Amino acid sequence: MMETDTITAISTPIGEGAIVIVRLSGSEAIQLTSEVFKGKNLQEVDSHTINYGKIIDPETNEVADEVMVSVMRAPKTFTREDVVEINCHGGMVAVNRVLEMLLSRGARLAEPGEFTKRAFLNGRIDLSQAEAVMDLIRAKTDKAMNVALKQMDGRLSGLIQRLRQDLLETVAHVEVNIDYPEYDDVEEMSHEVMRTKTKEVHSEIEQLLQVAKQGKILREGLGTAIIGRPNVGKSSLMNTLVQENKAIVTEIPGTTRDIIEEYVNVRGVPLRLVDTAGIRETEDIVERIGVERSRKVLKESDLILFVLNYNEELTEEDMKLFEAVKGLEYIVIINKTDLEQKLDLEKVKETAGDRPIVTTSLLKEEGVDELEKAIADTFFSGEIDSGDLTYVSNVRHIQLLNKAKKALEDAIEGIELGMPMDIVQIDVTRTWEFLGEIIGDTASDSLIDQLFSQFCLGK
Amino acid sequence: MTYNAGHYDVIVIGAGHAGVEAGVAAARMGAKTLMLTLNLDMIAFMPCNPSIGGPAKGIVVREVDALGGVMGKVIDKTYIQMRMLNTGKGPAVQALRAQADKALYSREMKRLIENEENLTIRQGMVEELIVEDGKCKGVITETNAAYYADAIVVTTGTYMRGKVLMGDLEYESGPNNQRPSVKLSQNLEALGLELVRFKTGTPPRVNSHTIDYSKTEIQPGDENPRYFSYETTEQIVDQIPCWLTYTNEFTHEVINDNLGLSSMYSGMKRGTGPRYCPSIEDKIVRFNDKPRHQIFLEPEGRDTEEVYVQGLSTSLPESIQHKMIKSIPGLENAEIMRPGYAIEYDAVVPTQLWPTLETKSISGLFTAGQINGTSGYEEAAGQGIMAGINAACKVLGKEPFILDRSQGYIGVLIDDLVTKGTNEPYRLLTSRAEYRLLLRHDNADLRLTDIGHEIGLIPEERYEKFLEKKRLVEEEKQRLKTIMIKPNDDVQKIMEKAGATPLKEATKAYDLMKRPELNYSEIEQMIEPNPDLNDEVKEQVGIQIKYEGYIKKAVEQVERMLKMEDKKVPEDIDYDAIAGLATEAREKLKKIRPLSLGQASRISGVNPADISILLVYIEQGNIARLAN
Repeated sequence: MMETDTITAISTPIGEGAIVIVRLSGSEAIQLTSEVFKGKNLQEVDSHTINYGKIIDPETNEVADEVMVSVMRAPKTFTREDVVEINCHGGMVAVNRVLEMLLSRGARLAEPGEFTKRAFLNGRIDLSQAEAVMDLIRAKTDKAMNVALKQMDGRLSGLIQRLRQDLLETVAHVEVNIDYPEYDDVEEMSHEVMRTKTKEVHSEIEQLLQVAKQGKILREGLGTAIIGRPNVGKSSLMNTLVQENKAIVTEIPGTTRDIIEEYVNVRGVPLRLVDTAGIRETEDIVERIGVERSRKVLKESDLILFVLNYNEELTEEDMKLFEAVKGLEYIVIINKTDLEQKLDLEKVKETAGDRPIVTTSLLKEEGVDELEKAIADTFFSGEIDSGDLTYVSNVRHIQLLNKAKKALEDAIEGIELGMPMDIVQIDVTRTWEFLGEIIGDTASDSLIDQLFSQFCLGK
Repeated sequence: MTYNAGHYDVIVIGAGHAGVEAGVAAARMGAKTLMLTLNLDMIAFMPCNPSIGGPAKGIVVREVDALGGVMGKVIDKTYIQMRMLNTGKGPAVQALRAQADKALYSREMKRLIENEENLTIRQGMVEELIVEDGKCKGVITETNAAYYADAIVVTTGTYMRGKVLMGDLEYESGPNNQRPSVKLSQNLEALGLELVRFKTGTPPRVNSHTIDYSKTEIQPGDENPRYFSYETTEQIVDQIPCWLTYTNEFTHEVINDNLGLSSMYSGMKRGTGPRYCPSIEDKIVRFNDKPRHQIFLEPEGRDTEEVYVQGLSTSLPESIQHKMIKSIPGLENAEIMRPGYAIEYDAVVPTQLWPTLETKSISGLFTAGQINGTSGYEEAAGQGIMAGINAACKVLGKEPFILDRSQGYIGVLIDDLVTKGTNEPYRLLTSRAEYRLLLRHDNADLRLTDIGHEIGLIPEERYEKFLEKKRLVEEEKQRLKTIMIKPNDDVQKIMEKAGATPLKEATKAYDLMKRPELNYSEIEQMIEPNPDLNDEVKEQVGIQIKYEGYIKKAVEQVERMLKMEDKKVPEDIDYDAIAGLATEAREKLKKIRPLSLGQASRISGVNPADISILLVYIEQGNIARLAN
C-alpha cells in the first residue's frame, strides 16, 4: 500500500503471446532494471526509447533472457512515475526468473490493479474513471484470490503451517520469558536452542526455494491430461515427457513427492500432468469415471494430449474420446509409427479439424521434438489461457519465502552476535509473518492465543 | 427534583487509577474539573494485587509520567519494594515493578488531588447523564445534584452492575464490598451504548503473623532501586521482600474435589474472564499435568499484616479456600483475613469509541479504564490521562490528541481497543506492540515529554532538564564518533575483562560500543571521560548506539505505517456509496469508522483490496473538491 515504492508484475496475459512484458513502475524502476540488464546504461538512455540487451543474473552471470527494454521517465507515462517495460522472449520460465531478480532487488509485486490505481492517484486517469478503477481492483482481486486458492498446494500449505507453528512456539517461549519473567515453569530460551531452531527452519525454507528454483514445485503448470485407450502408449508418453524434461524429485520426506513427479517443463511451458496415477494404471479415464464426469475433468484441463494407436483402426471408443474433447484444447498424438499403419489418418484429420496432430514412435524416440514444439506452439500462440495470475502468485510465494529466509538469516546473525533474545525474536516473528502471508494468515492474535494455551500464566 | 450543583468544564466519574489521571490532567490543562467518587476513602485504591508495573505495564507508567501524569510519582513515594525485571534481556523489554503500600498509595493520591488547583473532588453516586441533542451536558447524582459540564469522563472500573461471586454466594457489589453502580449502567444502556459482561477475580489475603516464611523463598527488591518518574530523586531504602511458595498435589486435590462449588464452574453462564488472570480453578483444569503452581506472598503495605496470595485467585466457597490455603507450604496455619472472590461487571464495548476515547454516539462523553474492557491499574491510568487530555481539549477548543502505535504502549492499547475490540478483559503484553524496540522503559521521556510539554502538562523546569538530557545524549554520540580507540595494553585489558576478543586495529569508540560484550562503562574507561554525563545519559547513549541497526529497521517500519496513518478518512464518508467494498469490510468500516486508512487496515475483515478501493474513493473526493 505504499505509494512510492517500485512495483512490478507480468503485464501481458500469460501464454497469449510470444512476447511477455514485465512492467515496473516507481522511482527505482530504471535503477533496478539496470542492475540486471546488460546493454546500454539504462540510467543514461533517453526517455521513451527501446533498448536491446540481456537480462543477466548478477550473482551467477547467467543469461536469463534476451530482451528489449522500454524506458519511460516520469511524468509522461501511464502511471506518471518512471516506468520500465521488459519485453521477454524466452518463455515463462525465463520471464519468471526476470521477475524474481527484480523482486529480490527490492521491487514489490504489484497488487491486482495497482498500476491502474497509481495512474489514477497520480492524476493520469480522470475522475469519471474512478469507479472503473475500483471495479477493476475488486475484479482482479477476486480473480487473484480464486487462483491463489486453487493454486495453493495442500502439501505446501501444510508444510508452511508446520514451520509457522514451530516458529510460533519458539516465539511464544521467548514472549513468556519477557512478559512473565518470574514464571519458573519454562527455562529461559537460550541462544543455543534458538540457533538450532532457526537453522532448522532456515534449511527447510532453503530446500523449498531450491526446489522452486528448479522451476517446478511452486509453479502450477498447465493442467495437462493424457488420454487414450489402453495400450496406446500413454504411460510411455508420460515417461518420455518426464525423462526428457527431468521432472523434479525432491527429498523432502512425505511432503511433495507425488505432486512434483507430475511436473514437467516443455520448452519453457510448465505442464502439470493431471491424474498421472490413473494413467500409469493404464486405465482409461472415460471408462473409469464415465463420459459425463470425464468430460468435466477434461474440461478443467488446460491441455489434453490425446493418444491414438497407429497400429490399430479407429474404434468406437476413440470416437467417444473425440466427442469428449470436442471444443477443448488438445493435441492428437498418433503413436507407434514404428509398427504397421492400420489407422485411417484421413478420418483422424477430418475429426480433429484444426487441432494439431503429431506422429510419434515413443519406443524409438521419434517425433518427440515435434510433439514438444506442438505443445509450445499451442501455448505461445495464445490458444491456451492459463489464467494470467497463475505465475504471478507463484512468484509471490517465492518472494515471500525469500523474505522469510532473509529474516531468519538476520535472526541467526543476531544470535551469533550475542544479541538479547527479545531482539533476536523480532526477526523470528517477521519470518513467521512472511510465511503467514503465503498462506493468507496474518492474524497477529495467534501469538497471544499460543502464549496462553502453551503456558499456565497469571496471578 | 434535582438542584443545580454547579458548572464545570470537565466532570470525571470515578477516582480510581483512570479517574485520577483524567481529573488531574484536565485540571492542569486549565479546565475547571470535578471528580465524583462513591467513597472518598477509596481514591486510587488497588482492589487486587498490591503492585504497579511489570513488563509492558511498567512502561505505560513511564509514559504516563512523561506525559505529565501522576501514577509514577505517587508509587515512587509509596513503594515497599522496587525491582527492575528482565535485566538479563534487551533494553526494550526491561521494566520496572513496584510492590505498593496500598493504603499509603491511596492516601498520597488523595492528598495530591485535594491540593490540585482547578480540581474539586466530591463524594457522590452518579446515576444519570444529562444528554441533549446527542451531546453530554452533565450528570445527576442520587442526591439529586445536577452538575453541568461539556465533557464527562466515565471511569467506573468494575463497579457497573458489579456482582461478587464466591461459591454459591453472590451479591451485588463493587470490588471490596463497595457499593455497585447500578443505575448508571442502566442509563448508559438506555442511551444506546452496547455493554458486555466481563469477569475478573482476586485471591484471599492472609495474616502475615500466621505465615511460616521459613518454608518459602525470599524475593527481595533491587539493591539500588530505580524510579518510575523522571522527577523522582529520592530512593526508599527500607524495602520489604515478597516470598515464593508453591501449590502441590493436595491443593489440587482440594480444588478438583470441589470444582463444582466454584462460582465459575457451577455450570451457570458467566461473564468472560481473562486468560492471563485465571483463577486457580482455571489453572488446575486447563493445565492438569502441572504438578505445582507458583504462589507469591506479597505484603499489602508497611502498616498492615495483610498479605496478598498471588496465584490463588478463586471463586470457591470460603470453607474450601481455608482448606486450599492450609495445603500450601508456609501457609499451613495461615489465617485468611479476606476471602478471594470473582467479580462480574458491565463494560462498554470499546469499538464504540473514537481513538480519543470519546464515544461515537454521544459527543462529549468519554470512557476510560476498566469500563472499556481492560484490566490492570496501569492500563487504566494510560487511558485515564488520554481521556482527561481529550476531554480538556474538547472544552478548551483544542485539537484532539491521539498517540499512534509507534509512540507508546498507550497508543497500542487504545488502538487495539477501539479498532479491534476485545472479547475478554484486555491486558497489555509486550507482544502486542509491533515496534516494541522503540517503546522502551528508558526512552519514554524522549518519546513523550515534548508532547506532554506542548499539551501543558510538563512544567518548564522539567522540560528544560529534559532538553538538556537530550542535548547531552546527542553530543556524546557525536563525540564518540570522533574518538579513535587504539589497541594498546590498557584497552586490551578492558576488552579481556569484558570477555571480548582483542582489538585488532584502531576503531571509533562509537563502533566499538556495538560489540555485544561492551557497554558504555567499558568504553568510558578507554577514552577521556565526559564529566557532564549522568547515568541516565550514559545508558541512553549506550542503548542508542548498540541497537542502532535494529532501531533503524523499526523506524523504517514506522515510517511506512505512518504514511497510511496520514491518509485521513473523511468524517462524512458514506461506506454504502462505495460499490467495490466487500460486504464484511463495509459492515466493519461502518461500525468502527476509522479515522485513517492505517486504522482501517487494522480492522479484522478489511483486506488490502478494500483499502485500495477506499483509497481510490477518498482520492476521488479530494480531486473533486480541488476541482471545485
